[in-house]
Amino acid sequence: MGEIKTAGELNKKYLREGMWPTIFCNGCGNGVVLEYTFWALEELGLDMDKVAFASGIGCSSRLPGYINADGLHTTHGRAIAFATGLKAANPDLTVIIFTGDGDCAGIGGNHFIHAARRNIDMTVIMINNFIYGMTGGQLAPTTPIGGIATTAPYGNIEHPFDLCVVAKALGASYVARWTVSHPYQPIKSIKEGIQKKGFSYIEFLAPCPTAYGRRNKLGDIQRLWEWYDKNTILIEDYERIMKYGDEKEKERAKKMIQIGVFQDVEKPEFFTEYQKLVERLQGNTITKTSSVKSKKMVVKK
Amino acid sequence: MILINEDWCKGCQICITRCPVDALEESDKLNRRGVRPPKLKENNRCNFCRLCELLCPDLAITVIPDEETKEKPKKTLRPPIVSVRSIGRNIK
Ligand SMILES: Cc1ncc(C[n+]2csc(CCOP(=O)(O)OP(=O)(O)O)c2C)c(N)n1
Ligand code: SF4
Ligand code: SF4
Ligand code: SF4
Ligand SMILES: [Mg+2]
Repeated sequence: MGEIKTAGELNKKYLREGMWPTIFCNGCGNGVVLEYTFWALEELGLDMDKVAFASGIGCSSRLPGYINADGLHTTHGRAIAFATGLKAANPDLTVIIFTGDGDCAGIGGNHFIHAARRNIDMTVIMINNFIYGMTGGQLAPTTPIGGIATTAPYGNIEHPFDLCVVAKALGASYVARWTVSHPYQPIKSIKEGIQKKGFSYIEFLAPCPTAYGRRNKLGDIQRLWEWYDKNTILIEDYERIMKYGDEKEKERAKKMIQIGVFQDVEKPEFFTEYQKLVERLQGNTITKTSSVKSKKMVVKK
Repeated sequence: MILINEDWCKGCQICITRCPVDALEESDKLNRRGVRPPKLKENNRCNFCRLCELLCPDLAITVIPDEETKEKPKKTLRPPIVSVRSIGRNIK
């Protein structure tokens, strides 16, 4: 556990202060996710020279630019692909990805699916604001039914994508979803996700007052933040209501978005298995693969 | 003590409305952006729970607990949406 006690000290250590304040709109949830990640990193006490960030394109994908650590700001939807490359070259890196719902569930959907399926050791922090924020509010695969977007001015008729369900079905090691409005459970989740050897997916439901809230008449910043409290339900409560609740309670619970930790399992990780394969095929003699070399270099330090 | 990095504040007022003991208010200063950053009220029951610090989207707040804290700070966890005891109460 780290020694830092106040946000001032935390910002000095983790924030690239020259880049601050952010480009984010007033009341945007992205900055909150950044701060939760800082606290998680601090509590884990990781060496920041062994942590690398990756992101795609979008408001949410700007986050690595504000962190005092190495980061790859890549192309739209490809953060996970680049991160897989990072892991292949240096499996000892802790790789954290910031991505948006458009970036991860839309254009980058297939990268997400296969990284989760292969259980590649990385932590994907997906900021779901139900919309393409950066480009002005086009329909995202996550927009709720009825939601208004520039490309759905009469209300969305598509069924939204639930990436937690997808990640869980693909057997990812760690799957969780939180809102930005309560700090402690999400910080713990980010810590657990980073520590997990395998694919960790942590989704944040984050308010976007500009491109989503305003257009959907969800009120001012305060009311929009409250929307997330009123329309989400802890998975434990959901299950309890489904078991013991009356019909009215069940109906109400079914309309809400579930939050909490959905999956937390131990499962073989891709690059660990790959390394074993290399060792098996080459015998236990001196190996030449680059990943083994880089591993040895790190160990020597 | 609550330190505000005034020029970082965008004026969302999340800190003010979400403080569990209603200890913050708008200050009368305008910052570079033309918004009024928060300040502690003259009389306040701030217990240094740090919620404002953790929720500020612009990392503008730092909470430094006073030497003798008045009350023990309480962690604000995500509460259950329905109180557990009331579940199924209406089933006959
Ligand atoms: C290949 C490609 N297609 C489209 C775009 C335009 N574009 C930039 S950001 C974005 C959507 C981002 O949405 P999301 O990932 O949800 O991020 P947000 O801004 O909402 O945080 C799009 C479509 C692009 N930059 N590159
Ligand atoms: S458009 Fe939305 S997601 Fe982008 S910075 Fe503004 S509020 Fe945040
Ligand atoms: S939460 Fe932060 S940005 Fe918002 S009003 Fe308070 S200090 Fe300013
Ligand atoms: S530390 Fe807690 S009690 Fe004090 S002003 Fe901030 S939110 Fe309110
Ligand atoms: Mg988005």
